[in-house]
Amino acid sequence: MTPLLHAQGLVKHFPFRDSLGRARGAVRAVDGVSLSVPQGRVLAIVGESGCGKSTLGRLLLRLIEPDAGQLRFNGEDVLALPPAALRARRREMQLIFQDPFASLDPRMTVEAAITEPLILHKLHRGRERTRVAELLERVGLRPELARRWPHEFSGGQRQRIAIARALASEPRLIIGDEPVSALDVSVQAQVVNLLGDLIRDLGLTFVLISHDLGVVRQIADEVAVMYLGQIVEQAPAEALFHHPRHPYTRALLAAVPGQGGTLKLLEGDVPSPVSPPPGCRFHTRCPFAEARCHSEVPLLSGQTHLAACHLQESLPSPTPIREGAADARLARLQAYFTEHTT
Amino acid sequence: MSVAAIESGESPGRRALRRFAQHKLAMFGLVIVVIFVAAAALAPWIAPFDPLETSWSRLRQPPSWAHPFGTDENGRDVLSRVLHGARASMMAGVIAVGGAVVIGVPIGLLAGLGGKWMDMVISRVADAMLSIPFLILAIALAAFLGPALENAMLAIAISASPIFVRLARGMALDARNTDWVEAARAMGNPPWRIGLVHVLPNILPPLLVQATLAIAEAIIAEASLSFLGLGQQPPNPSWGSMLNSAQRFIESAPWLAIFPGLAIFLVVLAFNLVGDGLRDALDPRSQKR
Repeated sequence: MTPLLHAQGLVKHFPFRDSLGRARGAVRAVDGVSLSVPQGRVLAIVGESGCGKSTLGRLLLRLIEPDAGQLRFNGEDVLALPPAALRARRREMQLIFQDPFASLDPRMTVEAAITEPLILHKLHRGRERTRVAELLERVGLRPELARRWPHEFSGGQRQRIAIARALASEPRLIIGDEPVSALDVSVQAQVVNLLGDLIRDLGLTFVLISHDLGVVRQIADEVAVMYLGQIVEQAPAEALFHHPRHPYTRALLAAVPGQGGTLKLLEGDVPSPVSPPPGCRFHTRCPFAEARCHSEVPLLSGQTHLAACHLQESLPSPTPIREGAADARLARLQAYFTEHTT
Repeated sequence: MSVAAIESGESPGRRALRRFAQHKLAMFGLVIVVIFVAAAALAPWIAPFDPLETSWSRLRQPPSWAHPFGTDENGRDVLSRVLHGARASMMAGVIAVGGAVVIGVPIGLLAGLGGKWMDMVISRVADAMLSIPFLILAIALAAFLGPALENAMLAIAISASPIFVRLARGMALDARNTDWVEAARAMGNPPWRIGLVHVLPNILPPLLVQATLAIAEAIIAEASLSFLGLGQQPPNPSWGSMLNSAQRFIESAPWLAIFPGLAIFLVVLAFNLVGDGLRDALDPRSQKR
């Protein structure tokens, strides 16, 4: 079976120029990323800020043009589509933004915002109102709120509106770019639950871009870890959380609050994506780095559990993550809200 | 909060309107503007005399009960001429600025949302036009087009348009980088729809403020062109041409200059007050409710 979304060797460099217009280098935001998302699965892309995960999200929707690589949606070459055909195809792929205060047009009512995809793709003609009411109910908002303006809502409510808008055209693929990280912690749990329900009930294919491993753990089937524009490890969620192979993944997992935090695995800052280190890009911060890590580029290897590390077979076994501890914060909040909202 | 307020919220426009109504100076300006618009519209019915009717028996008479603003060097009633002159000024102001907006805003949107080359070409032309002082450019264009009120309006419209090009371009560039424009793109909006349905309504408030202030400038420009003989042609009245002919009698018959001058002053002041009021009312950063 062909995957719904398939990317091969995607590259995006952002050149910067001096005052005379000469190229002076480039930020290598995404540097050769390949991934596949089968129909109905949830892939999470995790990494520190600046690792290129948001750029990757936009590349996967062809909202920005890649410099190189291939992109297939439902077997079709997306990069070959002319503009009009691409716009028509956008019905099937939607995006949820990080900041719900910026992603809604301030001069459109909730109803106008959610109706827009219906108008653009000529869906539910003549019964747009009913559809808006359905969608608002689906995301847990009262349909009477349809005539109100974005500025009258809280962050969590706005994000629900943005989700309703993304669902309006019945897309097959949704990319969520940090969909809960701009929200108050108290609201995050509710929105994560909502996304989980929607994915399950509607059989959505979802790409979750996030740096919050608690959220990822809750809804992802598969996790890809990004570092400096490249995927360093990719595996089914359980395997990745319990048996991380790449030292970077281990460091990320150890950094989750509630894990004791005694392990100081990550030192220093992320190197500049303008001139990434030679060899393994992580060697400058890796506690296990050897001589070959400085010169030889490790490739992703493995069957279902892929990692790009020379030493993945010889590393000491990782400290097991404490079951429940990572999610304690979310669990507490969820308990609180099921108690208070019902 | 009433039930109605829950079902349909207050639109940004309505909120601005409410705030404008609470702005005392702006409302004062609006009242003056309305009075002048009414005077211009109703001039043929409320003017006591025919503005063109000359009379050798009442040359340069000072203000009196029969002629509250006095009479001019051809015995014409100054009040009637000021009232009729309001038509030329208001028309010139509104039509010229309307023209400038219609020319400038679409070009500005094109520059802001179109490609890099489009932006380069349009911006350089606008910069070149802005490098010439507004009034000088208007005078040159009006002289080139020939002396007539319509040509003066066209000249003013063209001279004022680069301001709107620049304003619309700048705001479109800002809007282009917002998430809501990217969301519109992700939804499958074609470029023209992003410009007209999403960007334009969002940049309208500052354009409205600029347009109101530009009307005041256009009225001055029309008066200046008419003063130089490039606008309204004699014997038809215009505040600018009235000031021109009043020059020779500034000592013997100052009322010839005072009343049209006062009219220009009041209208320009009023439009500026309205423009400032709109700016305050539409400013999303102002916390006043």
